[in-house]
Amino acid sequence: MASLLSMRRLLVALVAGVLAPGVYGTETSPRVPTNVPQPEEGQFVHVPPTMDDLENNDMHPELKRVIRRGRDLFVNTQQLRGKNVFNNMNCNSCHMGEGRLPFSAPVWPAAVVLPNYRGKNDHVNNLEERIAGCFSFSMNGKPPEYGSDDMVALAAYHQWLAKGVPRYQDGSTMYGRGYPRLPEPEEGMSFERGEQVYQESCAICHGEDGSGLVQNGEVVFPAVWGDDSYNWGAGITRHFTLASFVKHNMPLGQPNKLTDQQSWDVAYYINSHERPQDPRYTGDVKETREKYLETFHKHTNYGLEVNGRLLGDHENLGGEKDFLKPEVLRSRSFTAE
Amino acid sequence: MRWKSRVSTAFATLLLGTGTVYGLEGDVASGEATAAVCVACHQPDGSGVNVPGGESWPKLAGLNANYLYKQLVDVKEGTRTSPTMQPFVSMLDDQQMKDVSLYYSQLESTEGKGDTDATEEQLALGKKLATEGDWDRYIVPCSSCHGPDNQGAGDHFPAIAGQHAGYIADQLQAWKSGRRDNDPQHLMLAIAERMNDEDILAVSQWLSRQPAVQGGEK
Repeated sequence: MASLLSMRRLLVALVAGVLAPGVYGTETSPRVPTNVPQPEEGQFVHVPPTMDDLENNDMHPELKRVIRRGRDLFVNTQQLRGKNVFNNMNCNSCHMGEGRLPFSAPVWPAAVVLPNYRGKNDHVNNLEERIAGCFSFSMNGKPPEYGSDDMVALAAYHQWLAKGVPRYQDGSTMYGRGYPRLPEPEEGMSFERGEQVYQESCAICHGEDGSGLVQNGEVVFPAVWGDDSYNWGAGITRHFTLASFVKHNMPLGQPNKLTDQQSWDVAYYINSHERPQDPRYTGDVKETREKYLETFHKHTNYGLEVNGRLLGDHENLGGEKDFLKPEVLRSRSFTAE
Repeated sequence: MRWKSRVSTAFATLLLGTGTVYGLEGDVASGEATAAVCVACHQPDGSGVNVPGGESWPKLAGLNANYLYKQLVDVKEGTRTSPTMQPFVSMLDDQQMKDVSLYYSQLESTEGKGDTDATEEQLALGKKLATEGDWDRYIVPCSSCHGPDNQGAGDHFPAIAGQHAGYIADQLQAWKSGRRDNDPQHLMLAIAERMNDEDILAVSQWLSRQPAVQGGEK
């Protein structure tokens, strides 16, 4: 079995190299190279199927329709605005390239590594609960109900993208999974340096005030801070997560252009601004920070003073949201009780 | 600004007179007078001319004023190379460039022109690139910057839906070859150089057939 598996890995890597020269290296030398890291020996490389592959597949037409619906929700999550989404984010804002792109937290791994234990909520989560986490924090919203049409469609899209990946394939072997942690910044993180990077490289789209751009009522560039952005409980408020997202994905079309140091600095700058309250807020920001310190907030500026201002010390839930915590966020014991 | 596409130039001129649109201070009536040097190519209604295989003159009507102004400044300063435009722009002072940019931004948008013999396959590829991109080659969808239905977003990302195919194709080729590089942060250059001739032809043909404004006709 071992040799069969490694042969499959090799085959997948070869196929990936042929099919995706733009992502895995180009033939000429471009003026703006993507510099996407090559797979390392022994890594599991998966090229998720495309929507064309779906059309050519002979699965039941009704299943295809539901997977297409899941993709549509994924790339245009704003259609759930005011119901499940209360900010300017789409799933696709962070999981770029329709959730298929390596180093942009592609979503197919979630379909095969879950159910699994998750430190953030200290219990075993399945795929739907993991998606509910994104809705509660990154989308500052209220997740579609477990088993609802929208939730099933989103989960089906995730599973389709994972087609062919062995169930419980070891997540640590996966090429391009998540936002790989950058080496620690040699010069620490600086608000001032980060501000300069932001104004030079990010402000043209996300605005000098971080509010992004809405055109004709549609979000073009998401807000990176403020009422329309992710809340203080979103994974990307952690400096290491945002730094790696920026490094590998921003500016749009120019991955790996910024240095590691610039990516850490700009992440620190962005996450030193206000945003909607953490849904786990106890009524006291310092207490909330302490309560989730080890599993989360030791990596954020929440509950810390930056430039003389205590971040997260407010009851602002974002522009339109009228609840703090979605009911679905609860602990599980997996016992008879 | 939705009203702007529905009102006549005369009315817009009357209404605006001297004023500020998109943060650009200028005078629409003066802009109309200045536009006398532009009409031979860009036409009195700002519709431009599509010249398949030749140098197409872009439609200016309804484009963002700040975008137009920046292009004029860039041509004048030589950061955007255009032998055709250069002699005309060199006649204009800064205020005239602002005025004429405002004037064209206020004109009602006209329809784009493409080649009538574009195939279904070409148009399907063009639509895919414009609305979904091809991420395996790191070609992001046009709409991710050029906005909803590619009808433009903010001051930096102009409407490309309803622009002439000949002009779009020529500009993408210009970025690819290095003839043009005045785009902010080379956001466009990065994508254009990943596109092949087939992609460029397809996307320009599809975009030229799309409505330039919300609710507009193809």
